[in-house]
Amino acid sequence: MLKIKRVPTVVSNYQKDESADESVGCGRNCLGACCINGARLPLYACKKLDKSGAGEKPVAFLESLVLGEWEDRFQRGLFRYDVTACETKVIPGKYGFVAQLNEGRHLKKRPTEFRVDKVLQSFDGNKFNFTKVGQEELLFQFEAGEDGEVQFFPCMPLDAENSPSVVAINVSPIEYGHVLLIPRVLDCLPQRIDHKSLLLALHMAAEAANPYFRLGYNSLGAFATINHLHFQAYYLAMPFPLEKAPSKKMVTTASGVKISELLSYPVRSLLFEGGSSMQDLSDTVSDACVCLQNNNIPFNILIADCGRQIFLMPQCYAEKQALGEVSPEVLETQVNPAVWEISGHMVLKRKEDYEGASEENAWRLLAEASLSEERFKEVNALIFEAIGCSYQEEELEGTVVEQDNPSGSVNQKSNRTHGGPITNGTASECLVLQ
Amino acid sequence: MSITQSSASLFTTATEEKEGAFNARYSLWIKEALDELPHSFTITDPFISGHPIVFASPGFLKMTGYSREEVIGRNGRAFQGPKTNRRSIMEIREAIREERSVQVSILNYRKSGSPFWMLFHMIPVFGNGDGRVIHFVAVQVPISGQKMRNGSGCSELVFGSCRREVCLGSYVHQERALPVECDEQELENWEHCEASESEKLKSAEAVGNVLSVLTRYSEFAGRLVCGKRSCLRVADCLSSSLVISLGRIKQSFVLTNPYLPDMPIVYASDAFLTLTGYKRHEVLGQNCRFLSGVDTDSSVLYEMKECILKGQPCTVQILNYSNRKDKSTFWNLLHISPVRNASGKTAYFVGVQMEASCKDIESKELRPETRQLSVVGAVRVAVRSSFMVTC
Repeated sequence: MLKIKRVPTVVSNYQKDESADESVGCGRNCLGACCINGARLPLYACKKLDKSGAGEKPVAFLESLVLGEWEDRFQRGLFRYDVTACETKVIPGKYGFVAQLNEGRHLKKRPTEFRVDKVLQSFDGNKFNFTKVGQEELLFQFEAGEDGEVQFFPCMPLDAENSPSVVAINVSPIEYGHVLLIPRVLDCLPQRIDHKSLLLALHMAAEAANPYFRLGYNSLGAFATINHLHFQAYYLAMPFPLEKAPSKKMVTTASGVKISELLSYPVRSLLFEGGSSMQDLSDTVSDACVCLQNNNIPFNILIADCGRQIFLMPQCYAEKQALGEVSPEVLETQVNPAVWEISGHMVLKRKEDYEGASEENAWRLLAEASLSEERFKEVNALIFEAIGCSYQEEELEGTVVEQDNPSGSVNQKSNRTHGGPITNGTASECLVLQ
Repeated sequence: MSITQSSASLFTTATEEKEGAFNARYSLWIKEALDELPHSFTITDPFISGHPIVFASPGFLKMTGYSREEVIGRNGRAFQGPKTNRRSIMEIREAIREERSVQVSILNYRKSGSPFWMLFHMIPVFGNGDGRVIHFVAVQVPISGQKMRNGSGCSELVFGSCRREVCLGSYVHQERALPVECDEQELENWEHCEASESEKLKSAEAVGNVLSVLTRYSEFAGRLVCGKRSCLRVADCLSSSLVISLGRIKQSFVLTNPYLPDMPIVYASDAFLTLTGYKRHEVLGQNCRFLSGVDTDSSVLYEMKECILKGQPCTVQILNYSNRKDKSTFWNLLHISPVRNASGKTAYFVGVQMEASCKDIESKELRPETRQLSVVGAVRVAVRSSFMVTC
């Protein structure tokens, strides 16, 4: 079992030293059975429409709700620091990595041990989870609505029977508006992707209708800090380097989802877009994530462009770190490559790292998290099989066909050349395997 | 007046307003001079909320099939559609945000709904006196598609089924021997459509011609514009990208600059102008005190001043005097807060006005306090990011 010592980030004011946690008597106005009766929050139920509009420029209702509630908590002093007082800049270079000097983000207390070699771990009620946050840290409930119209209820009781999903503040924000989307918070789901939850996250991205409001997800082993299912989101009004990377189409699935691989980016990633409906796109990505989870491969997800683009980044930094394979200079920065870092937003805690931040350094750090070329191909093969896709990759020596392997073994690489016609990789439709 | 007639005249008024703003910048006959150019191009104004088109050439109208009234006032996004490449959209958006030029192939849609590929070439136009971006000029050159680039990267002639109308309509360029007939469905599914060298040259030439006309007519008007920024932007001038971001906020608010003498207003939203009854040029550069009058409580003003000095947010209820037709007074629930930029230091103060009578809570609406704070939040995001523009 691999363990590394990490300095966790505090996301809630109620996150205390776990060993000192007491279950008796609350008085903290949390979401546990002790306090939930009488809890009320605004409820935003979004429309069930699949394709959002062409991105209406005026500030959308959901954006006003997020910003307004966040500013309210900001002025009430619920955050550990004023993130807008943290200096930030774009690192000169082709990609425009964004660096921020933030000395207050990381806890200054003894690190907690966290098992990072297992992507799937059961929920542990004794550890900090989101039922323990104070209700003042919750902004509103968020649901995929039933009807065609958006519905907003300013003061809806939190009903455990309805399994509410909530949006909460992150008290150690990376940027203004940093929130957490917690699907079905009272169900205490562990940090793992399921179809319903990913769809909810997509809905939120679409409803916010702002390409600068992205949602991110870290699996266990890819620097998730809390094993209670959650997505993160915040506003940064400029493009992420990840979004600027060129891509090359690999396949289009039967439901119209286009899957591409990123070119010339330090972390090898897949990009999912299109689909005849948001549900198709969401389901395809969920299938891919479930596959990764079942194969114990840590990964991050970035939902961008109002939910039209989903980046999937498998990574191996934690494993490398535990095996002592990460270079010391990179380790010294104490930057953990989670979804925002991989997307190109680096929060640095030392002034010297901030002053000396360069595209080269950023690239070097992120490259450590990436799977190797070979491993990435293996992982892609697993994903395509799980999605029900056949991907014929053109190679100089001939066509390598990824065979449908019933045992799903990771290590098998088929190098046989296939005697059939060479298909243009970009134009091929996917075969749906029975 | 029938409904169609009255809405048409409403349209015309809005169109006239936008065109009026454009005309004011240049000397007389600018539109006629631009109309004489054969190219397809549009001119947009980032200082009008929504960054709308304020001029569309006859070539553009012909290419897209729209009338002038249907185009003026709309944002360029209106011509995009479901199959328009997201990356191209992002490239254009970022070029605008960074106030630089861009040349990108993109799929657009005509009024009829039919898609077409074009080379989109956009440049910023700078005011010589204040160094800020006055307009963006965008030229559209239809791409023939003779060179279609797919994953294989090779160029091949496209011969599709001869069913539909010719792709390019009347815009077949002289030097090409044959018009390409292709299936519209195919067109939409192209990953990319590379412009030929001659098409790129054509766009550069068109951009140059438009810029020449603008320069000449701005010279006559005594307020020169040019394609390059000639001086650093003046301190009290906001960047066009910040203005575009602020233009998304539909509530009444102002930005003031505490570093300039007497803390003048450097930005005022349209809603502020409507609320107070003033024109933009009347308020920019002024301190907010013009809204106070005889019966305004001076202790409240003192409280505001204290908070500003301490750099703290505050909310006050203050009696304001409008310049509306009836010169009425109104109770303003005013919220003020310092706003920091990317350096982490305070750059502006934001003041968000709320007419006290609007405090009725509608069941399906955001609480007025939340709405007011959302303006502050949106301003924070805009200001923080606008100062991070890449060099």
